[in-house]
Amino acid sequence: MATRDDGEVAARAIDVWKAYGEGEARVVALRGVDLALRRAAFTAIMGPSGSGKSTLMHCLAGLDKVTRGEVWIGHTRVSDLGETGLTRLRRDQVGFVFQQFNLLPTLTAQENILLPLSIAGRKPDPDWYDTVIDAVGLRDRLTHRPSQLSGGQQQRVACARALVSRPEVVFADEPTGNLDSRSGREVLGFLRESVRSFGQTVVMVTHDPVAASYADRVVFLADGQVVDELADPTAEAVLEAMKRLDGATLAGAGTSAGEAVA
Amino acid sequence: MLRATLSGMRQRKLRLVLSGLAVVLGVMFVAGSLVLTDTLGRSFDRVFAEAYEHTDVLVQGVPNVAVHESEGEQVPAKIPADSVDTVAAVPGVAEATGVVEADGARVIGSDGQVVGSVGPPRFGANWTGEDELVELREGRGPRAPDEIAVNASLADAAGVAVGDRVGVLTLEPRRDFTLVGIFGFSGGRDTIGGVQYVMFTDETAQRLMLGEPDVWTGVDVQVADGHPPAQVRDELVAVLGDDYQVRTGEQLAQEQAGEFREALGFFGNILLGFAAVALFVGVFLILNTFSIVVAQRLRELALVRAIGASRRQILGSVLTEALVIGLVASALGLAAGIGVAALLAWLAASYQSLPLAGVGVPASAVIAAFAVGTVVTAVAALLPAWRASRVPPVAAMQQAATPDGPLTRLSITGGLVLAAGAALLFLGVADDTLWMVLVGVLGSLVGVALLTPLVARPVVSLLGRLFAWSVPGKLGRLNSGRNPRRTAITAAALMVGVALISGVGVVLDSAKASISDLARDTIGAELVISGEQTGPRPPTFDPAVLDAAGDLPDVVAAAGIYREIAMVDDRRVFLTAANDLASLREVFGLETVDGNLDTLGPRQVVVHDTGAERRDLSVGDRVQVQLPHGQARAYEVVGIYRATPLFAGFILPADAVADFGIPQPVMGFVALADGADVPPVRDEVATMLVDSPEVSVSDQGAFLEQQTSQLDFVLTLIRVLLALAILIAVLGVINTLMLSVIERTRELGLLRAVGLGRGATMRMVTVESMVISLFGALQGVAVGAALGAAVVWALRDDGINQLVLPWADMGVYVALAGLVGVAAAVLPAVRAARTDVLQAIAYE
Repeated sequence: MATRDDGEVAARAIDVWKAYGEGEARVVALRGVDLALRRAAFTAIMGPSGSGKSTLMHCLAGLDKVTRGEVWIGHTRVSDLGETGLTRLRRDQVGFVFQQFNLLPTLTAQENILLPLSIAGRKPDPDWYDTVIDAVGLRDRLTHRPSQLSGGQQQRVACARALVSRPEVVFADEPTGNLDSRSGREVLGFLRESVRSFGQTVVMVTHDPVAASYADRVVFLADGQVVDELADPTAEAVLEAMKRLDGATLAGAGTSAGEAVA
Repeated sequence: MLRATLSGMRQRKLRLVLSGLAVVLGVMFVAGSLVLTDTLGRSFDRVFAEAYEHTDVLVQGVPNVAVHESEGEQVPAKIPADSVDTVAAVPGVAEATGVVEADGARVIGSDGQVVGSVGPPRFGANWTGEDELVELREGRGPRAPDEIAVNASLADAAGVAVGDRVGVLTLEPRRDFTLVGIFGFSGGRDTIGGVQYVMFTDETAQRLMLGEPDVWTGVDVQVADGHPPAQVRDELVAVLGDDYQVRTGEQLAQEQAGEFREALGFFGNILLGFAAVALFVGVFLILNTFSIVVAQRLRELALVRAIGASRRQILGSVLTEALVIGLVASALGLAAGIGVAALLAWLAASYQSLPLAGVGVPASAVIAAFAVGTVVTAVAALLPAWRASRVPPVAAMQQAATPDGPLTRLSITGGLVLAAGAALLFLGVADDTLWMVLVGVLGSLVGVALLTPLVARPVVSLLGRLFAWSVPGKLGRLNSGRNPRRTAITAAALMVGVALISGVGVVLDSAKASISDLARDTIGAELVISGEQTGPRPPTFDPAVLDAAGDLPDVVAAAGIYREIAMVDDRRVFLTAANDLASLREVFGLETVDGNLDTLGPRQVVVHDTGAERRDLSVGDRVQVQLPHGQARAYEVVGIYRATPLFAGFILPADAVADFGIPQPVMGFVALADGADVPPVRDEVATMLVDSPEVSVSDQGAFLEQQTSQLDFVLTLIRVLLALAILIAVLGVINTLMLSVIERTRELGLLRAVGLGRGATMRMVTVESMVISLFGALQGVAVGAALGAAVVWALRDDGINQLVLPWADMGVYVALAGLVGVAAAVLPAVRAARTDVLQAIAYE
């Protein structure tokens, strides 16, 4: 896996702007974000509510269209893709872990994990599959349906599903938002492990400093712009940075409240 | 609470439209049949009112055998010619004219075919000159025995013009006349309600239409000025006594229109029956929609309960919603019904050249529409409403939806209802009790519907395997198995329609096969002379053909049968007369039970075993037979035969035919010597029939086809009418899928997020739809076959001794259900494919 850890960029945002609505109701969520996500790194995106962190992730993952600028995943220019291309991108190059509603209730854990591969009509690589299953520790739960699993287990199934197709990037949107702290730690530990051991690229949106401390790098967003970043963060350092950010936002409220006008 | 309910409804328009549509269609049928019968009824009222507008009083004989409008045309009684003088002498009578007017004057058109009738009579009458009603268009009235005049619509239909020689069939075989005049009726009408008139001279009319000179069918009375018709009528009654019936024109119009209304009422009841089926299916749809909605709004309902709403208020809220839907749907259904009725009335009127009275909306239609629409909707919503009121407030705080309860109680109830329904059906069929049959069928269907959830899981899972070769297919299969109740009710709605169609198909096909086989086995005649009946009068042919055919070298026997309605010991029956009993016995393979069936002398009769039993008759007993003409006469029972599905009833000797209203054979059977070549004989008989264009000679196969063609027609008609029930069931499938798609927005978003394409998403929904539809159709075919088999079994003693399952038809139904599934999936699938991934995964 070390070969993938060559400092190459797995995903990139170049001067990304995103606006919603028209005229008076126009809201600009992202204002010229430049961001390069290193391959085989665990990046956390943080920011206060309304900072545009979720929007940024949706744009990076091809779930939402950018208004201006470019998004790349691997060698694919996401901002150029049509519906079919986006579907293919999501299927082959991106993995998702959402806060909730991650699994289809009709399928077993195993079927849920293999769903993206089945949709693509691909066979799983058995060694890789075993590795992932063992890593999430779900071997004895594979035939269970989501309703028979705990929240933490469900989230680990979702992680396994995101990993099993070896996507370019795994996007996790508040993956621990609905979990108790112990289950949350398990999921975060697993995500970090997938980066360390398998060279997986993971991007996580969170507002929880503890969760962010699992990442290799934290990017702070405010008012749709990247305002700060930390490498190898601790929870305390993240909290500090957040506090600074809040202060800055409050101080700069006079200038940045004009969001709706731009 | 009401405001909350109404604003909630505004937000769920689609659901309201779909569940309301089922009610609209059902109500449309109800209102439509009522408006249609009313409109046609008033149109007939007007036809008869106009027909008798210029008749003051009509004197007629009392018919020997009363014939109802639905059975055919009344054979008028003959009255002596001198009754005209008697009538003329009565004070207040200004003018008395003897008239002949009898059904059965059939004009042979320029194409050699008899001008048919779809219901109205084909009168042969005497020309009494122009009057306020009758006006000549061309030529003049008949003056010589070989001259006729016809009404304009008949001349048009026959393609004949003044000066042409025209063949006419009457009591006598074909005779040719010179057409000397074409007439119409006041107001520029070519016909009165589609009736055909052939006008002869007095003597010719008497001879050809009544079979003897110096008799009339009536005396038309013009009253003198200052004498009201009713008063003159009473005077006439006093003078003429009980042997005559004397009625004013107004009375005649009312009585005849009344008979028509009765016949229309029967027709209307059939339509209402289908309306009931449509509404029954609609109940499933509404029940399902409300159940799903209540399930989806569980937390909302719980929240409302938690902030203090009572159970009664929740119940009221759901029922109010149902009531509003019911009212709106009733109004729309009523409007649609009026439209459909207007269209059908127009079609029927142009088919029968009936001048249409304006489409009116009787109060009964309005009341029925609203009563049926609202009650059906409210009843269907009762169970979901009750369930909604049971939602505990704590459910607001719980995450998971409550799973479906166990099916044990439901299944036991279903089993019991099914058993009771089936038992009632058996008893009803065996007993010939219509209401028991209907309630039995209804009960069986409800029972099966209640059992459906139980079988849904295994069957759906099995069916789904057909599609499980692809990921969308597999997902669709799993989805269809998710809510067995929901799938079951949706499929059950489809089941009802398919079951009824299949069941009727099984019974009719079995009857057809049984009759055909029996006929093949028993009919001992190589050639059959018969024709297809279109109007009130059966096709007939010249009896001389029977004798001529009997004289052909290869022919062993030529038997003809005559049919008539008569009174036997004061009970009305259809009976038969035969020119040659022995041949008839051979032809139909009649078995002698008692006495003999060899010959039938004058005043002798044979009867079938069940008839003899019912009337407690044995050989040597006497029965009083009153035929349409002549006196009642005593006949001696000389033989009793075993009834067959092809032949039963009293058989009179040939000389009785003289007193028949239709003294011509309606069917003939020609048996050939062994080894004789059939085609040459058939051709020779066909030549003999050249002047009897109503019939043709054919071999048994063609005859059987003729005999069973009516069953095919009935089957087609029922299919068309039940198609509506299936249409409603399809709405149900659409509705269920739509609601499921809305319910699963997040899942769809997730699937799209992990790479399921739009096409695949649509395929997934389509598979679910097809599985539900196929499940319903398979169940319907199975239930229909079972119901049909039960009826056939119960009728085994009535000659339906074969069970025929129309596999091809049933296969077609299932295949159609698959297509229906695809069609029903279109809207929900498009909606599913349009699911916005971002919105679907957004947190509340």
